[in-house]
Amino acid sequence: MIIDHPLLGPRDAAEFVILGDASLIDRPDWQAEDAAQQFHDYLHLRDNPAGEHRELWFHEQGDRSWLVVTRNTLTHEVLKVELARDVAVARGRDR
Amino acid sequence: MSGPFRLGPPADGGGAIDRSRSLAFRFEGRRLTGYPGDTLASALLANGVRLVGRSFKYHRPRGVFTAGSEEPSALVELRSGAHREPNTRATVAELFDGLEAFGQNYRGSLRFDLLAANDLLAPFLSAGFYYKTFMWPKSFWEKVYEPAIRASAGLGRLSGAADPDSYDKGFLHCDLLVIGAGPAGLAAALAAGRSGARVILADEDFVMGGRLNAETHEVGGRAGAAWAAAAVRELASMDRVRLLPRTTAVGAWDHGVYAALERRTDHLADAGGKPRQVLWRIYSRRAILAAGATERPIAFGGNDRPGAMLAGAVRAYANRFAVAGGRRVGLFVNNDDGWRTAADLAAKGVEVAAVIDVRDRAPLADLPGARIRMGERVAATWGRGGVKGVELATGERIALDCLAVSGGWNPNVHLTCHQGGKPAWRDDIAAFVPGGRLPPGMAVAGAAGGALTTAAALAEGHAAAAAALGDLGIAAATGDPPGASDEAVEVSPFWHVRESRGRAWLDLQNDVTVKDVVQAHREGFRSVEHLKRYTTLGMATDQGKTANVGALAVMAEQTGKTIAETGTTVFRPPYTPVPIAAFAGRARGRDFQPTRLTPSHDWAAARGAVFIEAGLWLRAQWFPRPGETHWRQSVDREVLQTRASVGICDVTTLGKIDIQGRDAAEFLNRVYANGFAKLPVGKVRYGLMLREDGICYDDGTTARLGENRFVMTTTTANAVLVFRNLEFARQCLWPGLDVHLISVTEQWAQFAVAGPYSRELLGRIVDPHHNISNEAFPFMACAEVSVCGGTPARLFRISFSGELAYEVAVPARYGESLMGALLAAGEDYGAVAYGTEALGVMRVEKGHAAGPELIGQTTARMLGMQRMVSKKKDCIGNVLSERPEMNREDGLELMGFRPVDRADELAPGAHFLAPGAEATMANDEGWMSSVAWSPSLGHSIGLGFIRNGHARIGETVRAWDAVRGRDVPVEIVSAHFLDPQGERLRG
Repeated sequence: MIIDHPLLGPRDAAEFVILGDASLIDRPDWQAEDAAQQFHDYLHLRDNPAGEHRELWFHEQGDRSWLVVTRNTLTHEVLKVELARDVAVARGRDR
Repeated sequence: MSGPFRLGPPADGGGAIDRSRSLAFRFEGRRLTGYPGDTLASALLANGVRLVGRSFKYHRPRGVFTAGSEEPSALVELRSGAHREPNTRATVAELFDGLEAFGQNYRGSLRFDLLAANDLLAPFLSAGFYYKTFMWPKSFWEKVYEPAIRASAGLGRLSGAADPDSYDKGFLHCDLLVIGAGPAGLAAALAAGRSGARVILADEDFVMGGRLNAETHEVGGRAGAAWAAAAVRELASMDRVRLLPRTTAVGAWDHGVYAALERRTDHLADAGGKPRQVLWRIYSRRAILAAGATERPIAFGGNDRPGAMLAGAVRAYANRFAVAGGRRVGLFVNNDDGWRTAADLAAKGVEVAAVIDVRDRAPLADLPGARIRMGERVAATWGRGGVKGVELATGERIALDCLAVSGGWNPNVHLTCHQGGKPAWRDDIAAFVPGGRLPPGMAVAGAAGGALTTAAALAEGHAAAAAALGDLGIAAATGDPPGASDEAVEVSPFWHVRESRGRAWLDLQNDVTVKDVVQAHREGFRSVEHLKRYTTLGMATDQGKTANVGALAVMAEQTGKTIAETGTTVFRPPYTPVPIAAFAGRARGRDFQPTRLTPSHDWAAARGAVFIEAGLWLRAQWFPRPGETHWRQSVDREVLQTRASVGICDVTTLGKIDIQGRDAAEFLNRVYANGFAKLPVGKVRYGLMLREDGICYDDGTTARLGENRFVMTTTTANAVLVFRNLEFARQCLWPGLDVHLISVTEQWAQFAVAGPYSRELLGRIVDPHHNISNEAFPFMACAEVSVCGGTPARLFRISFSGELAYEVAVPARYGESLMGALLAAGEDYGAVAYGTEALGVMRVEKGHAAGPELIGQTTARMLGMQRMVSKKKDCIGNVLSERPEMNREDGLELMGFRPVDRADELAPGAHFLAPGAEATMANDEGWMSSVAWSPSLGHSIGLGFIRNGHARIGETVRAWDAVRGRDVPVEIVSAHFLDPQGERLRG
């Protein structure tokens, strides 16, 4: 499997470590009223789609970027690769 | 002439063998000769050796059936001793001088196999026999049935010795990968190569050209084999083309990645130290599968006898190897292609006794002397040890010693299916062709796609390359493909002879007959996948390359469905067998994984240190001295001497992470459970890390070297994981923080210097202008200093042992000399080097939690650190660490344990029970996690988790250990066995 790294170009998946669902970026607010429930859901509840899936991959044997890889779990086609940092910023996590 | 069946050299030289030199080899101990260019199979046939092995189940005599990698029958053991390789297909084993081979799966002799009696039991050994018969008594399976079955059924023998050969792995990149160097593959490679593309052409044979070497077709106005040889020469002259003969593409993976096995030195008597085989991972932008087609047999009575062969194979042996399959050859066919065997043999002067064609139509050729039987079928063969004749359904008997059979050709679709594609049935050629979704980037050309003529193969290969070049934006300079004939390939589907007398074999490798498939259907096995598993059809080394489609047809007949509806079993990699050794490559034995050495490794090794693996690291476990005969003597000495004087330990393996940035302190505050925002410059703090679910997973110390600069240590085991998690937090959770991380584990050598004389010792190492007095450099201080006259260093006053202690770090290249310098500077104090064992003893004595305590179930409260988890800040794990169950007042607590009878020895893993309590889960009160024999106290001590431990100090419980059969009364004490007030480390 090849992941087209936004900075480094196509790299073999063997250089990466997969973490799982990219929803792990959306860490809840620790001060929310129902923080415990939110953290429970954040940590344990995942969709397992047959088809398009956004996943977090870490380029451990490379530049140590975390990437959000949009991948079709049925065909293994990689549809999109983004720097996870950019995704996190776009989701307002830098504030 | 090597062998009675070798054809005489005609004017053109006669095949692709080199008659100027002969090669001596042995089969079953018999001395034989062949020529360079022979396979073992062609050389055996040339010598008239027909019986090559015994079949898997019934021990039927079997001979060479094909001329390629699809061979089901001629499996042999090659070479001898530790080099012995079982289940090698004689049809792809290249002959070399001195080759030694043996038949397989017989007891006694190959000719008179004692287990051939199995064949008489055939009525009882049909499909599912084992499942039905060996069911009871149950205890008999392992002890009686299985060993007996394994001894009688099976393939070749392993040498039983470690494989002495070497194997390698490699990576290749190309614009275009061409799989198969027959007419389609060569045309594709030429078109791409001439256009300047980076091309890899892989072919499983040792001579490229595919069927062109086995046929008498003309290409571009000359003999096909000559055209192929010229094409290969042209390709070899191109810088950007890599030819990989003897290389089988075995699998297609995602995104244009292919695996290919190259047999590098298998064809040499002596590998000369080079790897035997190389497993390539090929990255291709485009690939063309030109893997050709495999001929399939027709099933009829006794069609497995040596001498019954595929028609295309008989033709290949005659045309390429100049070997006649027999003295009197008969043909049994359902298609035009088979007739070419008759024509080619007749042209070489081999007697063609008969052509039996199931099609009721006009003969395709006039063959003087041959009995031509149209619309006829072969019902049986006769002959002990090999075919002596055939009997037709009409009862007519024809004497012959080789029956060439053709049931049509199956395109080699395998690699098109490795990414989930399903083959599609094509009625006009009565075969499956690639269907559905091909692996992205792959195109199919030639016979692999169902284009069964030479002209079509050349045109398709050429066109596929042009299309690939177009996709890649490479200007095509391909010219035109060469012209060739469009041979007649008409075929009429025909799978098995109903009038068969005797067993009609579908799968020669697994001894599966037409009757077995019919029976499987009768017993309810309708799905092809079930059929496969019930009858073992299509398993083992050939994966049913010659068997599967015929069996599907029989199954379709039974179910009344079409073959298309019946479908195939799933094609999975590898296409042909790959030795486990090739997958391992060089990663075996000590090289299974990398070994990381500490900076003081050589120093320690020179002093006789005993090493232990810690992850990938090798660490000194203890340093035996002369006269010490037991490890405890060494470890006790190292502990006592450190506590009495000073000891030095290499702790480089701890993870070290350099953390910098304006928000570095805030970042640490969020990744550690305890506060770091207010850590002053020049100070170190212990830090506890939680997972997001609130469980402790790592700890260490972090030193603030400057306002915006920290260095963190992690445990050895979690160094990689912590770094990964920190990067996750930095990039994904808090991208707004100005912080950067880099691992410096290998950049800094670090040594613990512990014991009452550690400050004095360091006073001789640290350059004098640094004040390391207790006042200037108190407990938990850190500083950048220089040592040994100007070497940059970092000094931390931290203690794992509980003694007055420091850790000193220098750039890794100075590590080994610093180790020596520290020991030399402490010589008059009796300074000792200590290993991981003494380190462990001292941490248990001091009551520090470590790996055995941080097991992924440990809460801060269990470690007595609940107050450290800040409630006033956001940090990873703090929300879920507040869950009530993790904070129960009567929860498990880390405590110390000592045996009531001090002579008793404790053991880790023991569970705590109240005196007199039965050993049940309900009575379980906790467990012992770490133990040590404390030389300081003179008895065994332990750390463990026990319910409500702090309230029970002084209570006696039992450490019950079912594994070792012990039940030891122990007293609950503080985990801090030594210096509970911490006076030593502050002194």
